[in-house]
Order: sequence, then C-alpha cells, then structure tokens
Amino acid sequence: MKEARFDFVPVALLAAVALAALALIGTPSTWVTLTVAGLAMGLLIFIMASGLTLVFGLMDVMNFAHGLFIALGAYVAASVMKAMGGTLAGLGPAMLAAIAAAGLLGLAFERIIIKPVYGQHLKQILITTGGMIVAEQLIHVIWGPDLLPLQRPEALRGAFLLGDVALEKYRLASVAVGLAVFAALALTLNRTRLGLLIRAGVENSEMVEALGYRVRRLFVGVFVAGSALAGLGGAMWGMYQEAVTVAIGAQMMVLIFIVIIIGGLGSVTGCFVGAILVGLVANYTGYLAPKVALGSNILLMVIILLWRPQGLYPVGKS
Amino acid sequence: MADLLKLESVHTHIGRYHILQGVDFSIKKNELTMLLGRNGAGKTTCLRTIMGLWRASAGRIELDGKDLAKLATPDIAGLGIGYVPESMGIFASLTVRENLLLAARSGPLDQARLDWIFRYFEALKRFWHLPAGLLSGGQKQMLSISRAIVEPRQLILIDEPTKGLAPSIIQNLIEAFAELKKTGATILMVEQNFHAARSLGDSVAVMDAGRIVHRGRMAALAADEQLQARLLGLSLESHQ
Repeated sequence: MKEARFDFVPVALLAAVALAALALIGTPSTWVTLTVAGLAMGLLIFIMASGLTLVFGLMDVMNFAHGLFIALGAYVAASVMKAMGGTLAGLGPAMLAAIAAAGLLGLAFERIIIKPVYGQHLKQILITTGGMIVAEQLIHVIWGPDLLPLQRPEALRGAFLLGDVALEKYRLASVAVGLAVFAALALTLNRTRLGLLIRAGVENSEMVEALGYRVRRLFVGVFVAGSALAGLGGAMWGMYQEAVTVAIGAQMMVLIFIVIIIGGLGSVTGCFVGAILVGLVANYTGYLAPKVALGSNILLMVIILLWRPQGLYPVGKS
Repeated sequence: MADLLKLESVHTHIGRYHILQGVDFSIKKNELTMLLGRNGAGKTTCLRTIMGLWRASAGRIELDGKDLAKLATPDIAGLGIGYVPESMGIFASLTVRENLLLAARSGPLDQARLDWIFRYFEALKRFWHLPAGLLSGGQKQMLSISRAIVEPRQLILIDEPTKGLAPSIIQNLIEAFAELKKTGATILMVEQNFHAARSLGDSVAVMDAGRIVHRGRMAALAADEQLQARLLGLSLESHQ
C-alpha cells in the first residue's frame, strides 16, 4: 500500500529564509534573538488566525469581525490580571477567562449575525464589519477609550542569557503555547473522527451532509473554538505589547488575512507555516531594512501567490 | 414487490428555473431502476431533490412510507440512502481509508464488506493510505461507489457512474453493479451509457423536460428500438 507524502517545500522555504537572514545579519546572537522574536510573533498570529481559516474553509464565511474576539480576549485578560494583582497565579485564570469570553461571544455572534447570511459573501462582509464597529463601541463603553495596561507577571519578564544571546522569557513561552496549540489542532484534525469531518467539510460540505452529518452544528463548534483561540491569542498579544487598545483586533486582522491567504484558505498547516514566515520576515526586515518592514508582509504575500496562487498548502474545494 | 421509494407530483425550482415539473414514479425493493433521458431532462435534479440537496417546491417523496420532502439532507441520509453524485464528491485530501471511514456511520469498517469491495475495486486496497485526490478518474468513481455501499443501505442513488471513464473500467463497474444487485440492493441509477443501462436495469423511467414520459421494464425498452429513438434519440448505430 502506498503512503501519502507531506509537502516539505514550504517548510524548506522557512529554513531558506532563516539561513538567508543569518547570512545578511552576520551576527549569530542577533540572528537567534530575531528568530525567536519572529517565531513568537508568528505563533501568536497562528493562534489568532487558525480558527478563521477553518471557518472560511468549512462554510465559506468571510468573518471580518474576527478581530473583535482578539480585542475582547485582551480586555478580559487585562481586567482579570489587574484584579489578581498581575501575579503569575492570575495568568491561568486570565487566559481561561479570555478564552471563555471570546468563545461565548463567538457563539452569540454566529447565531445572531452570521447565521442569517450563510452563502451571501457581500452581506457577510457588511454585517460582520458592522458588528465589529458596534462591538468596539461597546468595549469603549465597558472599559473606556483609554489604553489599558496588561502587565506580564514577574516570572515572565526579562530574558535567559545563553552566552551573548538574550532569549526573552515571554517570547519563549509564546513559542511553547503556539506549538502546543498547533499540536492539539493537528492531533484533532488528523487523529479524530471530528477532525476527519472538519477536513472533509472544508473540502465539500454538501457531500458531508449527504453522508448523514450535520455540517451546520460542526460549523458552530468550529466557530466557537476559533473565537476562543482568537481570545487566547488576543490576551497573549496584549501581554506581549503590555498594553491593550480597542484597535488591537483590527490591527491584527491585516496580518491574519495575509497569513490565511498565503497558507491556503482552510489549511491549518498552511496557516502555521504562513504565520511563522510572516513573523520571521517582519522581524528580519525590521532589523535589516526598517523602511521596507511595513510593506514586507504584503511583498511576501505577492511573492508566495505568484509561486503558489492557491497558497502554500492549497485546500481543494469541490 | 413493494415500492421502496415513491415520488408524487414532485416539483423543483432552482432560482427562477422550474426544473422538475411534476415527477411521478416509484422504485421497487431489490431492483435496479434506470433513470434515463436526454441532457437537461432533470435526472440529476431528481436525485438531488430526493437527497434534499435541492428542496422540492411541491409534491411528495416517500421512502418506505416516510415523507422525505420536509427532511434535511443528513436526516435523509440517516434513513439509509447512499448517494454517488455525478461529480463523485470524493474528499481529495483525505486518504481512501478516511473517505470510507467517514461513510461508515454506524461504526468501524466491516472487513467482510471491505473484502467484497476490494474484490471488484482492487485499486482501492493498493492505494488505501493515499490521498484520494491522487487517484485516476476511474479509481475515484470506484471510491465514490464504495462509500455508498460500505455499510448496508436501504437505497443507493447513483448519478452517471460511467461518465468519462475508459471502456475497460466501465466493464469493471458493470460487473460490480451486477454483483451488488445479487445482494438484494435497491438502486436508482442515472445513466447515459445505454449499453450499461441495458445490461443492469430491471426497470426504467425516462425523463424529458422535467417529467417522466415513460415507465416500464428495461428489457422491453431494450427490445424496442423505435421507442428508444422516440424517447432517447437513440439511433440503431448507437447500439453497434
């Protein structure tokens, strides 16, 4: 029996980008610091983007309000951390509260905003954008318009020194959480019947229904899980920046859209590789050529799409 | 023999198009019924309407006395209807095994059934762990059919299984369907290949412009060339 082969070319591209950056940067310690920063940024974007790519792949839903779940997660985490005195003991409850709040909002959002506009892309864009604007104003009402501090616990401040390489503790923790989320998603998608259904539904939801499964229920579950992950990502990103504003979600959405497009719409593996690529390129260009850093990810997307128009790991929809 | 599926005055609209315009026919248990007709007659729409993929705007569809017209597609499939769409509908990124695993709703794959499938569709065993998207057109069709029969079904709907396939593969499929019939399966098959239809069909319904214009035994239609020419536009040359 023949076995399927994994496409390693996009992974090799990651290695090629990292090696090219090493040659251009010259100093190994600086390169390691930038690479860890890029990985941390990329994996945080992955946490926020993974749900959106599945939502789009499974039900063709264009949710422009995904940033709302990111913002809510960050605000809820900030409130809980403040209430718990900013200690390490408050970190777990803060993250769990962010996940729960974003998941619950996701459930309400799907039922009230998304459900009436299934299959109508233009209406989806308009209503989700409108929903995001209204919800942002509600955040202003609840938390006020001012910047909210979201301090890291003392244990996650500072850096480990390995020779002349400084590795920030929070960035390493972000990498660990990002890898754990990817592992959990990969295991669920590849080793469980639920994952099998999600992968099949992303390709051909009509056929999944014809086999006797309720895709709509599956979609609600994926939407809630994706929203919850966005909440976790928002909380972690807020802590990364040590401050939260209502614009945090909208700001991240540009990067999230770039990541899910270059990864291949509906592909979690593509989202993972694409997010790391975006994180690395942003950090390397920020160091090597700060003036082009702002547009580096757009340029990256153009190059990837010229090479693979359907993204790094295309999902064949039928 | 009793009727398993009965369609009464079924109408289907797709957008502003009125595709099925009062379809009436029934399918007997343990028979293979051929649904024939020219392109655009409404055959595929008829199967999709039975599956609930397009909603009937009027009429009644009964499976063993149960009205299907108001049910959602997953509920219809849950009553034991297997569906092989014209596009085959295989999940390209899933392996052959995973495609079949998904179709076996009642639990793990039944080895005896798998052995039966492998006897006729040997390629599926060979490419068991390969993504289905890498299979040839004929192999994809084999997988799509296998998915519909991987567990017992009350009724199997098959839409143009021989379309675009090489003659040797068509022969392979005809032999498999002939064996499937022997197991007592009830099948409604849309088919453009009259040779295949004649070889396999017990009874036949012919559609034209969204209506059933002929019902009867397949053997009778196969023996009446004038009727074939009138109903299907088949000439004597097409049989040779």
